[in-house]
Amino acid sequence: MSKADTTDAATDSGVIQSVSGPVVTARDLDARMNDVVYVGDEGLMGEVIEIEGDLTTVQVYEETSGVGPGEPVENTGEPLSVDLGPGMLDAIYDGVQRPLDVLEGKMGSPYLDRGVDAPGIDLEEEWEFEPEVAEGDVVEPGDVVGVVEETVTIDHKVMVPPDYEGGEVVAVESGSFDVTETVVELDNGEEVSMHQEWPVREARPANDKKTPRTPLVSGQRILDGLFPIAKGGTAAIPGPFGSGKTVTQHQLAKYADADIIVYVGCGERGNEMTEVIEDFPELEDPANGNPLMARTSLIANTSNMPVAARESCIYTGITIAEYYRDMGYDVALMADSTSRWAEAMREISSRLEEMPGEEGYPAYLAARLAQFYERAGYFENINGTEGSVSAIGAVSPPGGDFSEPVTQNTLRIVKTFWALDADLAERRHFPSINWNESYSLYKDQLDPWFEDEVADDWAERRQWAVDVLDEETELQEIVQLVGKDALPDDQQLTLEVARYLREAYLQQNAFHPVDTFCPPEKTYLMLTTIQTFNDEAFDALDAGVPIEEIIDIESAPRINRIGVQEDYEEYVEDLKAEITEELRSLY
Amino acid sequence: MKEYQTITEISGPLVYAEVDEAIGYDEIVEIETAQGETLRGQVLESSEDVVAIQVFEGTSGIDRDASVRFLGETMKMPVTEDLLGRVLDGSGRPIDDGPEIVPEERQDIVGAAINPYSREYPEEFIETGVSAIDGMNTLVRGQKLPIFSSSGQPHSELAMQIARQASVPEEEEGGDDEEGSEFAVIFGAMGITQEEANEFMEDFERTGALERSVVFMNLADDPAVERTVTPRMVLTTAEYLAFEKDYHVLVILTDMTNYCEALREIGAAREEVPGRRGYPGYMYTDLAQLYERAGRIKGRDGSVTQIPILTMPGDDDTHPIPDLTGYITEGQIYVDPDLNSQGLQPPINVLPSLSRLMDDGIGEGLTREDHADVKDQMFAAYAEGEDLRDLVNIVGREALSELDNKYLDFADAFESEFIDQGFEQNRDIEETLSIGWDLLSMLPKDALNRIDEEFIEEYYREDDSEREVVEAAD
Repeated sequence: MSKADTTDAATDSGVIQSVSGPVVTARDLDARMNDVVYVGDEGLMGEVIEIEGDLTTVQVYEETSGVGPGEPVENTGEPLSVDLGPGMLDAIYDGVQRPLDVLEGKMGSPYLDRGVDAPGIDLEEEWEFEPEVAEGDVVEPGDVVGVVEETVTIDHKVMVPPDYEGGEVVAVESGSFDVTETVVELDNGEEVSMHQEWPVREARPANDKKTPRTPLVSGQRILDGLFPIAKGGTAAIPGPFGSGKTVTQHQLAKYADADIIVYVGCGERGNEMTEVIEDFPELEDPANGNPLMARTSLIANTSNMPVAARESCIYTGITIAEYYRDMGYDVALMADSTSRWAEAMREISSRLEEMPGEEGYPAYLAARLAQFYERAGYFENINGTEGSVSAIGAVSPPGGDFSEPVTQNTLRIVKTFWALDADLAERRHFPSINWNESYSLYKDQLDPWFEDEVADDWAERRQWAVDVLDEETELQEIVQLVGKDALPDDQQLTLEVARYLREAYLQQNAFHPVDTFCPPEKTYLMLTTIQTFNDEAFDALDAGVPIEEIIDIESAPRINRIGVQEDYEEYVEDLKAEITEELRSLY
Repeated sequence: MKEYQTITEISGPLVYAEVDEAIGYDEIVEIETAQGETLRGQVLESSEDVVAIQVFEGTSGIDRDASVRFLGETMKMPVTEDLLGRVLDGSGRPIDDGPEIVPEERQDIVGAAINPYSREYPEEFIETGVSAIDGMNTLVRGQKLPIFSSSGQPHSELAMQIARQASVPEEEEGGDDEEGSEFAVIFGAMGITQEEANEFMEDFERTGALERSVVFMNLADDPAVERTVTPRMVLTTAEYLAFEKDYHVLVILTDMTNYCEALREIGAAREEVPGRRGYPGYMYTDLAQLYERAGRIKGRDGSVTQIPILTMPGDDDTHPIPDLTGYITEGQIYVDPDLNSQGLQPPINVLPSLSRLMDDGIGEGLTREDHADVKDQMFAAYAEGEDLRDLVNIVGREALSELDNKYLDFADAFESEFIDQGFEQNRDIEETLSIGWDLLSMLPKDALNRIDEEFIEEYYREDDSEREVVEAAD
């Protein structure tokens, strides 16, 4: 179908005309937009981004030092694609899905060399294929034809690729095969193997996108309790440096109750990716105790790796996520950080001398962001199963100013907003998510789930907490002027209750072995304990007990220690009783 | 090697020349002027018939008759262990009248990215002897932790104090490295004044620190373009010493602001589309290529730790230079003009400061088991005290509760006893934590809600007599 297929070899390759950083122009190259090409004598990987007359502009995914005019450029005739198949979990890739562990071996050096390529999945490794169809069955695109145990946690479903026609099964294999071998053959001659390819810039097809009604439970109190995200939802975490974006993303990757995690480190720190690589294999999946890596695929394009590969890593990530979604899994994708992705677009755009939009970003920034987040959602797949992709993007606004283009364009799309706050971070209130600015538009559609699974009055209790925190914010303004003691007793008591909400409920220690993960039941019980204190304390105040005595009761500070209790149910039970008893004894 | 006399345009630091062969991007160029002076440059853009060359020493003296030679290779740094103790200029040529340097290897200064898979996560404590850093924002080997300062602040004194005192606490068990790796300091000055340079050199010589150091000097009146090469020279040397010679290398780069100004100057000369405040849009990537060269590598004993210093224009940390830096580095140390005018030495404001790698580098077996809790509690208490100071200005101390008054006292004592240790005092971590407990014991026990009860039991000082006298510094 493409010209590349029909023309002879001479026009499949061109000659470099000029080099400027990651942007190379080539002459006499017959290529389509977004074709992958190999540039120069070393064969550096690149992608066609502009065609003008017989000049083709290529963004190169590797460092171009020393590459000069006259060197060849070869076209593969294929768009940038990822290899999909078993072996993607427990793997770590760069922005164009080259496995970093394999590259280390191939390059024989801890540094990333140029011109070395490796397939995204090991083509030689053999997997145990168990068929789920028999001869004579009719299969359609997307249908599952068999299962492979990819990791201890995840069964990898082998599907008929979406671009096949489908038909009657005429041959089925069973046993050990590598991913290139045919395992199922159809009557129209189509052969299904465990390996598919898919162009990264194109969304994989689905039947229908549905309204998400199940929460992505994160084990983080402020998220589950106040600002929940749905499975298939979108969220943005903007915040200035040092406010805890990456820790929040890591916590989600560790504890969110998704089946599959795709973690994209886009233009971030090398040491942070190393931390993930070292930590995750040792951490347990809270759902089943298996190693976390068994459900995780990592994409690491650190800030010093080539900028063009940073532009593509987000697409690589979401394509892998969609593939697992097609199997019927709930996938959560973390992108840290989408600002670096936007900057990569800006850098390439400015090298192309395109007319810049706001703050030098290309005019298509908003469209690209929207396209990315639209690939998230709760879907009915083409094979009839349901699966979801939740997309959680960190945003790094320059100077922490949320009015900049990336934050603003993201907020127009996403439905959950977790605003990180430098002031909170400075006083080591972590997670430093600002409860006044953040919001979740999924709250109402998720409440029924929480009410069924956790407690009937989940939504009411949450509203109570929000009201107290709102009132505190107003009162704090007065306190700043006249001091706390000038307030009437009931308002002082509200401040005290709000303080417990902030210090015990909203703060959570990610580095404490118990507190780091808080199931929704515990989140709920903690809130009820604070509310018990609130109710009993106001009763006592009404009965004439002086405010100082109420605040000074011995049991109340133990609220702060609920988070670190492993057997929290008993602890909370006792604590509620003690608070009640102590306060009632005052009058 | 072909020589060209085909210069068509000279503009700012850039020279354009016509060529009739393929010239590689980033290649090194020598330009010989009519006066016989040889200047060096680098290919910025290469096309079939014209190349753009950025000249390190500046273009003055170049005319259209100057001859251009392409060396066919990218910029290299000659490296050897003998560099220790030497003083070099911003392009890596010795300026200390010492013997000629015989390189063991010549390494590409652009340095490839370290494969994240090959990195080793940094979690070993570096003791700087500065309480505000060791106690509250601990530095670990392989970290990049910049100092955010502004003009007129004593960031140089702080940097020298760290360079002098930094040490790796004795390896327990003594297992892994047989000899224990040595410490080396590489000092890269970019655009600093001759006077500052003299002060640094005097300090290096006075304390004998020069022996374990390599000094690169690009002074304020040296060409700006050379400044873009200096940190790459520095880091190439650092990587060599760390990953091939097993040194623990501490790299101090001062002043990154001058480096970024040079980038902007070149960008403007090339008529690029500017990003924020006229800085090039690729500044994030460019800075990342420097900062990310800190780290550790699996199977190698050495490490590269970076302390870049930058002066924030207008003391504004939302300015692109500190902003982009903060997004790449693993934390930052703030030097605060207010604390400086109060006479605190070093004037570090711990509240906005942060060390991201701290949590993994402290605790039992690394520093002390109570370190994390003590740090958290001191942050919270100091922040509380700081808040109350604003309030006191309005309502006065009498209007505050007893506990609030204690927080105020804590904040004062924290500054005078914990932070203000002077540029000459070297405190080990035990001493730092002990002062921490002295201060925390000013607060009632049940206010210490971030500390494990076990540690309160062990370290809380019940009455004043138990406290150690800590005012040795005065």
